[in-house]
Amino acid sequence: MEMPKPNSFVLANKPKLIDRLIKALGMDAVISDIEETRAYECDALTAYRCPPMAVVLPASTQEVSLALRICYEEGVPVVPRGSGTSLAGGALPTEDAIVLGVSRLNNVIETDYENRFIRVQSGRTNLSVTGAVEEEGFFYAPDPSSQLACAIAGNIAMNSGGAHCLKYGVTTNNLLGVKMVMMNGEIVEIGGTQLGISGLDLLGVICGSEGQLGVVTEATLRILAKPQGARPILMGFDSNEVAGACVSDIIESGILPVAIEFMDRPCIEACENFAKAGYPMVEALLIVEVEGSDREIDFQLAKIAEIASAHNPVELRESKSTTESAAIWAGRKAAFGAMGQINDYMCLDGTIPVSQLPYVLKRIGEMSKEFGLDVANVFHAGDGNMHPLILFDANKPGDLEVCEAFGAEILKLCVEVGGCLTGEHGVGIEKRDLMHTQYAPADLTAQMRVKDVFDPKWLLNPSKVFPLDVTESHRLQ
Amino acid sequence: MTPRNEGELAGILKDAAAQGTRLRIKGGGTRTGLGNQVTSNTVVEASALEGISLYEPGALTIVAKAGTPLSEIENTLSEAGQMLPFEPTDHSGLFGHTDGVPTIGGVVAVNASGPRRLQAGACRDALIGVRFVDGTGEIIKNGGRVMKNVTGYDLVKLMAGSYGTLGVLTEVSFKVLPKPETAVTLQIEGLDSKKAQSAMSAAMKTPFDVTGAAHVQSNGNSTTSVRLEGFHASVTYRARELKSVMDRFGRTEVTDQADIWQRLRRFSYMPDSGEIWQISAKPTDSPTILDRVSAYVADYTMDWSGGLLTFSVPQGRDVRADIGGYPAQVVCLRGNARAFHEQPLPLAQIEAGLRGKFDPSNILNPGIMG
Repeated sequence: MEMPKPNSFVLANKPKLIDRLIKALGMDAVISDIEETRAYECDALTAYRCPPMAVVLPASTQEVSLALRICYEEGVPVVPRGSGTSLAGGALPTEDAIVLGVSRLNNVIETDYENRFIRVQSGRTNLSVTGAVEEEGFFYAPDPSSQLACAIAGNIAMNSGGAHCLKYGVTTNNLLGVKMVMMNGEIVEIGGTQLGISGLDLLGVICGSEGQLGVVTEATLRILAKPQGARPILMGFDSNEVAGACVSDIIESGILPVAIEFMDRPCIEACENFAKAGYPMVEALLIVEVEGSDREIDFQLAKIAEIASAHNPVELRESKSTTESAAIWAGRKAAFGAMGQINDYMCLDGTIPVSQLPYVLKRIGEMSKEFGLDVANVFHAGDGNMHPLILFDANKPGDLEVCEAFGAEILKLCVEVGGCLTGEHGVGIEKRDLMHTQYAPADLTAQMRVKDVFDPKWLLNPSKVFPLDVTESHRLQ
Repeated sequence: MTPRNEGELAGILKDAAAQGTRLRIKGGGTRTGLGNQVTSNTVVEASALEGISLYEPGALTIVAKAGTPLSEIENTLSEAGQMLPFEPTDHSGLFGHTDGVPTIGGVVAVNASGPRRLQAGACRDALIGVRFVDGTGEIIKNGGRVMKNVTGYDLVKLMAGSYGTLGVLTEVSFKVLPKPETAVTLQIEGLDSKKAQSAMSAAMKTPFDVTGAAHVQSNGNSTTSVRLEGFHASVTYRARELKSVMDRFGRTEVTDQADIWQRLRRFSYMPDSGEIWQISAKPTDSPTILDRVSAYVADYTMDWSGGLLTFSVPQGRDVRADIGGYPAQVVCLRGNARAFHEQPLPLAQIEAGLRGKFDPSNILNPGIMG
């Protein structure tokens, strides 16, 4: 992955910049020692690392504003960072950039159950948002797998999803407003506690803009009353085609499950060896979860079982208790850990139309042979968001490159069948150079116009999302 | 002008940009009264860009050309037991007789979202892909036909509710939902706005998945309504549970015959003439906002659990001045006042900047958003 050549003027100006930042924010908020900046050299895409010039950790929106203003005046690129859990390299620094971390901004500002929202500082972790409201019977719906660690700031930047999007939507559907600092230090408030919008939907384009339009310091989030209960059913099938058809039939029946998870045979085997969840050894496994009162759940699970029965399942296991539910989820939740134990892996994130599932899995199987790397599929089947895990050996020279080439082919396939490169992880640097496969030049230009307006000097996270060749004239003006 | 396809539309817009011809963009023409008046006699109609391009019930996805009548989409979905989640509002009753019918492009252009917006999100939330031609004649696509997609910036949301000022929509894709088997409405008569709002908030705090909460004050009567939808057995159960919550606020009736939701969608509680205003605020603020205009507002609807007030106002009242400093979006839906809420300066500058990029010659519905 190529990153732009660092700007030598910026590098030479480092002492002055650090001096100004320390004067404005204090010693505690600025890290410039090379050893200490290493803690920020990468995010969860660990194959790529680069220590930044410095790290600033502001303690307030006002301090974020001061820091950005200084960087703006000095022409220094800024890489915003939440908790650094991006799988796409969204928080990867460059040598000539400042990392601006929001981890100290983690307070709850306001909870309002009558109007069902919570206002938090953006460094707060996803799970602790729910933690702040669950005693009152509420929760925050988007639930990325990294929810224990990931920050709301990063969720907004990547428009994060999770396993329960089919019913509750992704971050953008649960975000009511933000306080954001523009690159020039100006503080703006967009959206709020009301649902109506006057004017252009700026909040809609800020969510998912990967930290390129501004630094969000506060967020107003929709919270929902927790359902009375939830239970899954596990179903095993002897082919991916049949499992895919079953997913369509469930959706067409009028049931809206909160989650439909799909695992293929390599994934089932790995999870079984690792977590001993008692999964049947079948070609495809579905875990479908529904919510409601006990009787409502029974009713929906019975209906799902009836639909599945028409597809001759090898196994049908309806959970009747929290213990049984935990057993069904145990393997799925261990999927990534299981893979990690076998080997290094790369987790992809393309989305496909659900109807293309059998074809895509067949093609991935064929490509796996061509590239000589194993792949296991775990997949949010309800919304078509795939997570193929390609296994490789990081210590074997050339294996990462083969893995990346294989991953790129899978993502191109996703686009070819009508889907997209990334469903919830974001583009970052990982998919940056594949953007041409999904978007024509005019489509990319249209998106970059938005950045031109919000950040005319292209200082915020500038080498992400768009291929470097198309951003060059914007970055080096 | 009625382009027959996207390419023709692109040609028309390119020419208009070169000549500085200001254009009014029209779908079915049933919402032309919304927004500020557009000073142009050259109309570009989307009516020939018509037809459903793709519908996959098993993937909850529909894609249609922007000029497709809304009714065609709703009928197609209904035949497969599905629906648009956001219950699009129908403005035709507000602006008198037109010979056109609402189009799906028009729905998107004004982000027309009805009572279910409260639970299922707005039009912009269900919208997952767009194709449009911008003010330079460039054809642009964003998003696609899958519901989970974070590839690049989300221009889909930006296009929803942009009133044609960033581009002329040619195709739109939606995430759809199963149509509920049953709907029942729990109703309480005679509550004042504050008690009604509290009752609705109480309902929204339950886990029973309320899909509509509205209070209507009309001709001296008031009705507070809360809707439950889903499978019959489940709705029956939840209605019983929710009734015990609602009974605390007043005697609660359960009916499956309520027409309130259809009437709200069509603004049929509003008079045939006169100014109509809409205020979106934090639900618990709405009763106080109503107090501030009580000198001239008797009848009103309060949808979205209180989050959306709609009422008629005698000519010439400055509603914005009267409600004072509430953080609300105040819109003049029908009338001569400035249509939209004024945005604070930095946001207004960003909006102007975006319009300048997408429509540098200022030819697309100029001035409609202020």
